[in-house]
Amino acid sequence: MPRAIALVDCNNFYVSCERLFQPKLEGKPVVVLSNNDGCVVSRSQEVKDLGIKMAVPWYQLKDIAKRHGIIPRSSNYSLYADLSNRVMSLLSGYAPQQEVYSIDECFLELTGIHTVHAELAQTMRQQIKRHVGIPVCVGIGATKTLAKLANHVAKKDPRRDGVCDLNTYNPSELDALLAYFPVGEVWGVGRRSTARLQALGIDTVLDLKRASPKRIRDEFSVVLERTIAELNGIACLELDELMPAKQQIICSRSFGNLVGNLPDLEQAVIAYTTRAAEKLRNQHSIAGGIQVYIRTNPHKERDPQHQEAMLLPLHEATDDTRLLCHAALQGLRRIYRSGYAYQKAGVILTAITPRATRPRTLFDDVESQQRSHALMTTMDAINRRMGSGSLKLLGEGTQKSWAMRRENVSPRYTTEWQELAVATA
Amino acid sequence: MPSLSHSRRSMPSSLLSLTYPNKELFHRQYALLRGAVPAGFPSPADDYIEGRLSLDDHLVQHKESTFFMRVAGDSMRGLGIFDGDLLVVDRAMPATHGSVVIAVVDGEFTVKQLIDTARGQLLRAAHPDYPDVHIRPEQDLSIWGVVQWNVHKV
Repeated sequence: MPRAIALVDCNNFYVSCERLFQPKLEGKPVVVLSNNDGCVVSRSQEVKDLGIKMAVPWYQLKDIAKRHGIIPRSSNYSLYADLSNRVMSLLSGYAPQQEVYSIDECFLELTGIHTVHAELAQTMRQQIKRHVGIPVCVGIGATKTLAKLANHVAKKDPRRDGVCDLNTYNPSELDALLAYFPVGEVWGVGRRSTARLQALGIDTVLDLKRASPKRIRDEFSVVLERTIAELNGIACLELDELMPAKQQIICSRSFGNLVGNLPDLEQAVIAYTTRAAEKLRNQHSIAGGIQVYIRTNPHKERDPQHQEAMLLPLHEATDDTRLLCHAALQGLRRIYRSGYAYQKAGVILTAITPRATRPRTLFDDVESQQRSHALMTTMDAINRRMGSGSLKLLGEGTQKSWAMRRENVSPRYTTEWQELAVATA
Repeated sequence: MPSLSHSRRSMPSSLLSLTYPNKELFHRQYALLRGAVPAGFPSPADDYIEGRLSLDDHLVQHKESTFFMRVAGDSMRGLGIFDGDLLVVDRAMPATHGSVVIAVVDGEFTVKQLIDTARGQLLRAAHPDYPDVHIRPEQDLSIWGVVQWNVHKV
């Protein structure tokens, strides 16, 4: 029986989330901006039609935005995450296996489901649109790489009604389609590889499919060799059902305003470490080291520049916010220099291992470990129940002069009682 | 569990692993110990322990498609929906004649009763002062969801 893998991808996901609760944005050009209203991270079709690319800094778009009435929205991740969970939960009912690949896309294993897959895909689209209000497209192929490509076809070609099943193509039809797409559209082929492949005369997806695996392996990587196999219908990438526990946890953000003094930086580092430690506990892991870094704004070329990072190994791996903050602050104080306007700070947790396999040492203070665990569990429970950030270290501060700029953020319609949508009666 | 965690605490961990080299055995003994602790008469209610009632179970039929909204205005008081009330809205339910719906009119949410007539659908308030909202044929009536419950503070 042929393998059938579907990739379901939400269309313009963040913009679609904003539109669900603000129907007046329907049909208007809308962009969602990254943290600090920096760059474009999601565009409505109207904005794409204006030729505006992803990741463009918003300040470069002010003129064109004014001319075309483009409506900016700050990222509202609380809303996006909740709607994503709803979409993924509904989709999980369609297949025995699901891999949630990102906030707006997932793979589904359709192999062995005896129904016309394109029809099943239409049912998914209609259900997600009606029940959650988010438009999605579905691509189906014999491998994850082909499913990804099929999804691209489904999105680009309006005649397909949001679904493309490459398994229904005969070999010559499929090759004709693959010849139509540039090689850069293939999953995992980045801009640099694209240029190098083109230099070898590999311009289209079909060229890559027919390329010599050995040559590609020698000149590029075993990863790209696998991509060739996948384009030929040989599945090399399986569905990972569980998100693997992260080996590294990063929490970093640009500041709303430049920060020059140490106390403000300390607050920011404590806030980021707190967030990172929460993620760490969420995946039941402990970290053996923490890296802290700060940098000035590299685009302000006339300002004095400084950037530095420091990795601090912990003598005992931990998930305790207090110990991690203590280490991070030590590092920060070592790398901080006065007289610079810092734009960004961050922390990275490294040497992450499952909590359950923590090695015991002769000098383990079991009692304090248990107390630490009890305290952190309680803190997490309170923050889950009363809202994130209800209980925190005082060092994080209460007035955040460095906090993110989010000037056009919409209400958290689905996660805060105070911010529900209003229906006029 | 209390008695064991106490003994474990007073023992250095390295000693612990020496005393119980077999992890499985350790856990089995642990379990035995745990079962032995509650002395006295067993609670006659033990066999009847059930989950406590949850309003979520009662009010939310489809968790993926259910959203909450706040009411502003008094045009629906005839159906017991008042200013400030909390609506439980399900997008999965079909909107039929008589349903109380969240409709999108001119880009805004409004809560009204959906009425089928010979000349098409209209939105009706439950208040004598508010006229029906007729949907012109060229106008697109968009039903956002169907109100399943109204939560009213007494």
